Amino acid sequence: MASPVIRLVDITKVYQMGAEEVHALRGVSLSINRNEYVAIMGPSGSGKSTLMNIIGCLDTPTSGLYELNNTNVSEMNDNQLARIRNKEIGFVFQTFNLLARSNVLHNVELPLIYGGVSSADRKKRALEAIEQVGLADRAHHKPNELSGGQRQRVAIARALVTKPSILLADEPTGNLDSKTGEEIMALFDILHRQGNTIILVTHEEDIAAHAHRRVRIKDGHIETDELVKDRKVVTHPTLTSV
Amino acid sequence: MRWWLDELKEGLTIAFGAIRANKMRSGLTTLGIVIGIVSVTLMGTAIEGLNQAFNRSVAVIGADVLYVQKWPWGGGGNWWEIRNRKDLLIQHAKAIEDDATTVASVSPIMGTMRNVTYGGKLVEGVVVIGTDADFITTTNANVDLGRFLTAMEANGGRPVCVLGSEVAESLFPNEFPVGKVIKVGNHPYRVVGVLEKQGSLLGLESFDNRVYVPINRFFSEFMSRRGGIQIWVRAASLENVDETREEVRGILRKARKVEPGAQDDFAINQQEFLIQTFNTIGGVIAAVGLFITGLSLFVGGIGIMNIMFVSVTERTKEIGIRKAIGAPKRAILMQFLLESAVICLLGGLIGLAIAFPLSLIIDQILPTAMPVSIVVVALLISLLVGVISGFLPAYRASRLDPVDALRYE
Repeated sequence: MASPVIRLVDITKVYQMGAEEVHALRGVSLSINRNEYVAIMGPSGSGKSTLMNIIGCLDTPTSGLYELNNTNVSEMNDNQLARIRNKEIGFVFQTFNLLARSNVLHNVELPLIYGGVSSADRKKRALEAIEQVGLADRAHHKPNELSGGQRQRVAIARALVTKPSILLADEPTGNLDSKTGEEIMALFDILHRQGNTIILVTHEEDIAAHAHRRVRIKDGHIETDELVKDRKVVTHPTLTSV
Repeated sequence: MRWWLDELKEGLTIAFGAIRANKMRSGLTTLGIVIGIVSVTLMGTAIEGLNQAFNRSVAVIGADVLYVQKWPWGGGGNWWEIRNRKDLLIQHAKAIEDDATTVASVSPIMGTMRNVTYGGKLVEGVVVIGTDADFITTTNANVDLGRFLTAMEANGGRPVCVLGSEVAESLFPNEFPVGKVIKVGNHPYRVVGVLEKQGSLLGLESFDNRVYVPINRFFSEFMSRRGGIQIWVRAASLENVDETREEVRGILRKARKVEPGAQDDFAINQQEFLIQTFNTIGGVIAAVGLFITGLSLFVGGIGIMNIMFVSVTERTKEIGIRKAIGAPKRAILMQFLLESAVICLLGGLIGLAIAFPLSLIIDQILPTAMPVSIVVVALLISLLVGVISGFLPAYRASRLDPVDALRYE
């Protein structure tokens, strides 16, 4: 196996809630290799959101080591983390989190603007990413003119546009009906086959079944870390050509 | 520099988007800045008008003319000492004329107030000035009709006079004044000339409401005793006016037998003193005026700050999204600074658009145009107000924790 994209060693996270200390993570160690498809599962309060925030460089651990592409990110400052998020991580959120006033193209371009990509290059790459998720004809629509599934695909295009090291999806189907959810999961399958590293945070077994590896978190610990045996692969008819 | 320009463009796009999305709110907030800019620019224009009016009228006094008098302009000194000074006399003027080398011309001046009549027409309170033939060169005045007093008329004390333009207009609305005999007080004088219009000092003392007569005749007809004159001295060159002043001072000290080391018992006044006095007063007026009007701009700035805090809170989620996809603090800071700067700059432009027609009203009272410098300064100020009042909200936005911001609903 190649060197891991993500290497977490003994990560802890302690929050101060008033006078009380909350131990969200109590020593998590985890390695994820390139082109792995990992589902992180756990009930609410298990620490899986905290773990996702740390992996996504939105937050820093209280102690422990986090290496992303062999770079120690556990002690970076806010601006360095912003740069890492911009270059290395593509977020897909449950609530899509698109900018409502901007059209699809601008939403997808946004990471490239903050990444300092020239405008011609930016537009080309954004349109490529939009095409990749099958929304080429919707590039100039506003998010409120799109369906939920289309919005999530815009979010995925936005996550892909910087060609990040990892795609980090937090309950990506949580706000979608099951049919649209399956479409989105099919898209992730394709992206995985194209070589992307995907980390899926979910509490739905059904969704997690798309991944190759399943990590269960409970009370701030990794409870189990196993390969998925009954892997579910769905290909959506409209996406097979992509 | 690429990223910088792109972030700027992105920031501007967001700013205009946000302003469009909240038209009512942006409009009301801008109103504060509009009012502030209108009052500051109008105050600036009025002050500029005051300065211009002063400069125009002070030019009548002449920068290269020294006014030797008992009393110093602009006050100061011991009142009792000044009051008891020996009078300045004709022979002192003579001494300067004879001995000074850096002087172009010297005129003794004496003044009083009389009514002037011609035919059935009366002009009340005309300043009658007794002087000599050199007056015209000393003051650099121009003759409009006829001529000024000749040396022979002046020295011989002939009953002739020269009119200021205002007096001439009042007495001779339809007649040619030269050659006519008018009465100054009770004494007949033949008009030999009329001076060009000179203007007034701050609209108070008109230089045209005057009649000039030979000083020798003035003494006998308007004064019971000799003495108490002023001596006006024109320096040979404007550059060396200080040198001339020292020379005149030395001659007068000698002529008036002032002990070495004792203070001068006369004052040599210059236009410069008036300008200094005016600048002090004008500076205070300007400072107070701009401070008071500046307060309204300050209140406008507080309004902007308030609304920017609301804007930041409203868009917490958006800030979270932007941060999650890699916006650095700098970009968030700039986004909100730009928004408040754009609001303020718009306010500034609208303010100027309103202030300009209003400045035309000021123009009726204090003739002046709204100076370009005020336009530039007003725009800079509105930009500055925007940046300053936007800074705190923008800084808060840039410091938001991305996790908390994303969770915000």
